[in-house]
Amino acid sequence: MRLLTHNMLASNARGASTGYPLKLQVVKWTTKEAEPNADFLRGMLPKLDWAALVAATHSLGLPGLLPESPPTDAELSADGAADDEGSALRRLHRALLEIHIEEGTLVCPDTERCFPISKGVPNMLLHEDEVRN
Amino acid sequence: MVTHGGGGWRRFGKTAAERARASASAAAAGVRRRSPRCVGEFIGDPCSGEKWEPSLRRGASSRLISCGGGARRGEKGEEERRGERMPRPEVQAPPEIFYNESEARKYTTSSRIIEIQSRITERALELLALPNDGVPKLLLDIGCGSGLSGETLTEQGHHWIGYDISKSMLDVALERETEGDLLHADMGQGLGLRPGVIDGAISISAVQWLCNADKSCHNPRLRLKCLARGARAVLQFYADNVKQSEMIVTAAMRAGFAGGVVVDWPHSSKAKKSYLVLTCGPPSLNSSLPKGKGQDGAMCSDDDESDDGSGDDGEAQTVGIYERNRPKKRQKTKKNGKGKSWLLNKKEQMRKRGREVPADTKYTGRKRKSYF
Ligand SMILES: C[S@@+](CC[C@H](N)C(=O)[O-])C[C@H]1O[C@@H](n2cnc3c(N)ncnc32)[C@H](O)[C@@H]1O
Repeated sequence: MRLLTHNMLASNARGASTGYPLKLQVVKWTTKEAEPNADFLRGMLPKLDWAALVAATHSLGLPGLLPESPPTDAELSADGAADDEGSALRRLHRALLEIHIEEGTLVCPDTERCFPISKGVPNMLLHEDEVRN
Repeated sequence: MVTHGGGGWRRFGKTAAERARASASAAAAGVRRRSPRCVGEFIGDPCSGEKWEPSLRRGASSRLISCGGGARRGEKGEEERRGERMPRPEVQAPPEIFYNESEARKYTTSSRIIEIQSRITERALELLALPNDGVPKLLLDIGCGSGLSGETLTEQGHHWIGYDISKSMLDVALERETEGDLLHADMGQGLGLRPGVIDGAISISAVQWLCNADKSCHNPRLRLKCLARGARAVLQFYADNVKQSEMIVTAAMRAGFAGGVVVDWPHSSKAKKSYLVLTCGPPSLNSSLPKGKGQDGAMCSDDDESDDGSGDDGEAQTVGIYERNRPKKRQKTKKNGKGKSWLLNKKEQMRKRGREVPADTKYTGRKRKSYF
């Protein structure tokens, strides 16, 4: 699971109010290179919960990866941003699309319900008595 | 008899001989290609319609389906089987059990299935009508299985998040190193996604599974609040009959979607595909279901023309929802109500869900006398 997905995902279990953001407890993560796409990231930017994304990078032990406030459109579309390792674009790209959580746990902020992540796949299945009606 | 734990089912995939035969007939059929018709049927009224009531799979006994005549049947692709009179996968076992390890592998190694699923996905993408700006989108793949549909999304440059109830299918997706993120989740329970973040959702050959509730807690529903405003969801399904089709459509309407069903190849038992096209946001009378195209017959080009079976269809006609299989047993609905057995069954269902239900007595389900 990439942080992009983590940024969208909430707990759906009974008892959770928003169930978001899911706390991330990481045991193992990897990086897989991907092609940066400035247009995609610019389109994603307004949909992101920036605070949750930053918190997620912190829980990975990468506190310096993202700035506290989101980059601007101009920063993302700056010339040469795609090739510059340290650019706002590349950092956001790396955070959202290149980091994969392999093993760990997602924890519902409201109920502490744990959703284990194994082989990169979070198990979001609910028990019968947790399903909202 | 086949039990649902057993890996003995041979439902998907084909033998080499069959494949050869199929491609031969495909070649023959190719000569007689004709352009299919589609119909967009508008669902306008989000309030009407009956309740979504999944037909509960009747206990274990119906899961142990006798595969009489299995010897002759051989292996068939998903859609081929659907044209035949044999138990559909959905009535055989719950999805997480039906798609076990061997089934998942068989499903995903059949080049025929791969091809069909990717063709359906392409069509679904077309119906999603994403802005044609070359910018990758974030899509949701509901019942993503082993990622066959997702791979088509990747090919078209999109990012996707997929979820499925079958661990074995997801494991195959992992093996295939599909690009999308995978989640193990049940569409009957809904998936928690923040509202408004997804650019479009597809579901390929999966929604019909919701018509058979396997768990008493299952209250199948389409939860797609995560869709961005104006975003669409396109759900391709195989309905067993008109009733199921209506069930799916009604559920979507009750969930507040506008949209309709587009049927490709309505008269082919094999090639027929139904696509429920839903638009997010407040239903408006003219929500942009691609019906205009369907009406003038221009929607499907020959490129969508499909499967080797379609050559032997009758003339493609304009039909909305169409009864493909033998009719289900008539529902025993009496004029003066649903009847005692229906009620008892309903109460039992409620009990299983943990609701408090009055005990059954001789008065249960009786008609109330009019005293005054
Ligand atoms: C015919 S496969 C299609 C898979 C994939 N979309 C494709 O095109 O190859 C149907 C899938 O729906 C999944 N499915 C059925 N019921 C489900 C449910 N309640 N929640 C999530 N997935 C479900 C099954 O596990 C199976 O992988």
